[in-house]
Amino acid sequence: MEIKSGLQIERTIKPYLIGLALAVILTAIPFGLVAAGSLPRQTTLIIIAGFAVVQILVHLTFFLHIDFRTTPRENLVALAFAVVLIFIMVGGSLWIMFDLYRRMMV
Amino acid sequence: MDIFGRLTLESLPFYSVIAASGAAVTVLGGLAVVGAITYFGAWRMVMTQWVSSVDHKKIGIMYIMLALVMLLRGFVDAAMMRSQQAIALNNEGYLPPDHFDQIFSSHGTIMIFFMAMPFLSGLANLIVPQQIGSRDVAFPFMNSVSLWLTTAGAGLMLISLVVGKFSTAGWTGYPPYSGVEYTPGVGVDYWLWMVFIAGFGTTMTGINFLVTIFKCRAPGMTMFRLPLFTWTMFITSVLIIFAFPALTVACGMLILDRNFGFHFFTNGMGGNMMNYINLFWLWGHPEVYILILPAFGVFSEVVSVFSQKRLFGYISLVCATIAIGLLSFTVWLHHFFTMGSSARVNSFFGTMTTIISVPTGVKVFDWLLTMYRGRIIFKPPMLFTIGFLVTFVIGGLSGVLLALPPIDYMMHNTTFLVAHFHNMIIPGVLFGYLAGYMYWFPKAFGFKLNERWGTISFWCWIIGFYIAFMPLYVLGLLGMPRRMEHYEIAAWQPHLIAAWVGAFIIMLGLIALAVQLVVSVRERKQALDLTGDPWNGRSLEWATSSPAAPYNFAVLPKVESREAWWDMKQRGVAYRRPEKYEDIVMPKNTYAGLVIGVAGGVFGFAAIWWMWWLAFSALAVIVGTIIYRASDDDDEFVMTASEVKAIEDARFAQLAKAPKNEMADEPGFAGEAAPEPAT
Amino acid sequence: MSSIADMTINPRDAERYEEKDFGFWLYLMSDAVIFACLFATYLVMVGNTAGGPTPKDVFSLDRAAAETALLLLSSTTFGVAAVALSAGERSKVLLWLAITFLLGASFIFLEFGEFRGLIAEGAGPERSGFLSAFFTLVGTHGLHVSVGLVWILVMIGQVFFKGLTAPVASRLMRLGLFWHFLDIIWVVIFSVVYLPGLV
Repeated sequence: MEIKSGLQIERTIKPYLIGLALAVILTAIPFGLVAAGSLPRQTTLIIIAGFAVVQILVHLTFFLHIDFRTTPRENLVALAFAVVLIFIMVGGSLWIMFDLYRRMMV
Repeated sequence: MDIFGRLTLESLPFYSVIAASGAAVTVLGGLAVVGAITYFGAWRMVMTQWVSSVDHKKIGIMYIMLALVMLLRGFVDAAMMRSQQAIALNNEGYLPPDHFDQIFSSHGTIMIFFMAMPFLSGLANLIVPQQIGSRDVAFPFMNSVSLWLTTAGAGLMLISLVVGKFSTAGWTGYPPYSGVEYTPGVGVDYWLWMVFIAGFGTTMTGINFLVTIFKCRAPGMTMFRLPLFTWTMFITSVLIIFAFPALTVACGMLILDRNFGFHFFTNGMGGNMMNYINLFWLWGHPEVYILILPAFGVFSEVVSVFSQKRLFGYISLVCATIAIGLLSFTVWLHHFFTMGSSARVNSFFGTMTTIISVPTGVKVFDWLLTMYRGRIIFKPPMLFTIGFLVTFVIGGLSGVLLALPPIDYMMHNTTFLVAHFHNMIIPGVLFGYLAGYMYWFPKAFGFKLNERWGTISFWCWIIGFYIAFMPLYVLGLLGMPRRMEHYEIAAWQPHLIAAWVGAFIIMLGLIALAVQLVVSVRERKQALDLTGDPWNGRSLEWATSSPAAPYNFAVLPKVESREAWWDMKQRGVAYRRPEKYEDIVMPKNTYAGLVIGVAGGVFGFAAIWWMWWLAFSALAVIVGTIIYRASDDDDEFVMTASEVKAIEDARFAQLAKAPKNEMADEPGFAGEAAPEPAT
Repeated sequence: MSSIADMTINPRDAERYEEKDFGFWLYLMSDAVIFACLFATYLVMVGNTAGGPTPKDVFSLDRAAAETALLLLSSTTFGVAAVALSAGERSKVLLWLAITFLLGASFIFLEFGEFRGLIAEGAGPERSGFLSAFFTLVGTHGLHVSVGLVWILVMIGQVFFKGLTAPVASRLMRLGLFWHFLDIIWVVIFSVVYLPGLV
């Protein structure tokens, strides 16, 4: 009997340890860069952002076990939709608010 | 610590006759309800079969009851405003400004949060599970929690008439006016907490219906075989889940500002007032589509059944609904074009706003083409639909006008805007839900509503609407701002008097609705729906009895095409007795939903009045109830096969006595679903 | 001591658990939007210091690092508990849930200390728009973690009294989703709030 709920999935500790190791690296580097202050500010910010995106993917893959095989498709669609919407809502808001700041000193 | 927080005897409404009357009506109304239940000895039934119910059909009926009561309450606000504006030329009228401001604030808040939202939740609850061939929604207990949290919000609104005052900041609550510096006191806090609490209920409803529609469909009911009402509820659920968080954040931040001295939206100290407006409308625009899409769904159902013809352009209707859903998240700035954004920003959002009118236009054509070459049956739901088609398009046109920022600069916050959005909401949302109410009433109660009074109500509503709101377009063009308590321009008054007449006629429409209900109950034996299919319907909800059994379907239907029920009738498999019945597992009734709702209301009241000990206690009750419920593995009971058989046997006995087709005597009846003749 | 294979789930209940998982996932998506709005607000208001403390004045890299380590470790230990769950090892589940709780509680303890310290030195949320946004964003996350801690305690109770039954296991899986989700939010918090504030 095919039961898709997460209950019957055999779990090993491997993905969690890999995830932990990757997350530690992806955290230590940005923290280290900020502590050292050796790179220009803009570069550091870009690295922080990039590493954050990668670390989120690491968490999704190794802690939440999201993949294109076993994760139900509706969950993936919901996640993709949320990402797109958050992009529109946050991006749009920042565009509007900084535009208003420039023009109206708000 | 003060037990009563900032609640004192002065909070009672004895400072004004009008306020005291409003309070008296509210208190007496509540007592009347309690008295009536006691008089009829109905407490046991009310508590065990309704209040503690997790049955989606009962929850749906309770939502609609709440909506109709709040429709009355919100209309009183409208009548008071129209009366004030009709006479207040160069004089103060009968409503002082503070009171007038509370009234326009509560009017909008009630109509949107406590009339339209419960109405759509109610219709969805009643019908969607039956349309998809399911026994209930995915989360029956959470459904009950949603109902009672919404009711708690409405309760706070009614209590605000008796204790304290309501907000004067409009239904949108813009800071800095709504901040504690400019509007101290409880009014805005009432508004914030009732919206905040009801918002949790609504978000849960969105999750509930999205999961239900996606995962609880009968075998064979693919997404592209769903009836349009269910499709629109599906997209509405997506909108609810993703839009309400923005409202939660906006209201939460204002609560923090007002009660804990935060500086999100204060004038100074680093506050950013435009951020509220941005967050509020991030929610607010999808919200109006949340309100209208289910109404579009109702119209799709009604136009097909009462044109006796298959719905035209099913795929385009579905795609248009999805497009509207997506686009609704890209237009929100059009609510504040005038706040100084650059041309690039304004024109982007203006362009998106004009684009979003296109899918709605597609829908209008699909509905018209459904009617074309149909055999129209002019029952009240169809009258509301035709009225909608004409009137809503006018409102849409005024919307396309307003979508252009340069024009909006002239019209923003005039009565032109007020006319526009009422021109969308009344023929769109309200006519849709009234049509749904009359269309699905027999499914809920087993007898039809009186048609004569429904027709009278329709004509009063539509004539009243035009007379009440067309003058407002003219007034907006003449330069009259919205929300005016009195004015000095004589040229405005004739229009405002006309608007008052329109409101009066709408009041007649409301009275007709009430009379319709009373008459229908009295004459129900003459209007029984014995088959469960009073309109010769096409979707699955008409396959169940009226009212439906607790489990809806004794045997889950196997769906083979769109218009599942019409198809079953055509194939000759409708009303087939199954070979055998199975046990059915049903969720148990529980008072936990009511407890959470009441505690939520108490929490809101306590937070408003700064009775922190009470607020914490109420929160503890909520948490405790949730933990109790989350540890309860015994929340279902079994309805045995023989119990099911008994219910079904009674139904088949009733079917044997029923006419073959309840529409057969209708003039213009185009015939029932029959097997295709062999060629 | 039952193993996962002994956990008989009839098809109807399996459907129910799928529905609950999907519903919970949708709730997490709506929660993500709440945090997105809070992040957007923070970014808009980070410069609104009203002549008061700036990010550099109030953030500490060491404390942020410690909080990050605690939360990341707690996500891992929850994963160990999940492995024990799928193997049906009840006492291991209890042990690793308890460790997760301690790590999470330490996170909250540190954060509570951070907030209290700031308020004591006049850098509380009433000082400026920037601080209001900071306290609300990080505080909302902390509130979610606290709710998660209560949930862990409830689950420890359920595992202890009811054992690893199917309903208990399904609740634990949803708690796991919640807990890992909160760690993801924390990654965004240190990447948007603490690190840029100290660069």
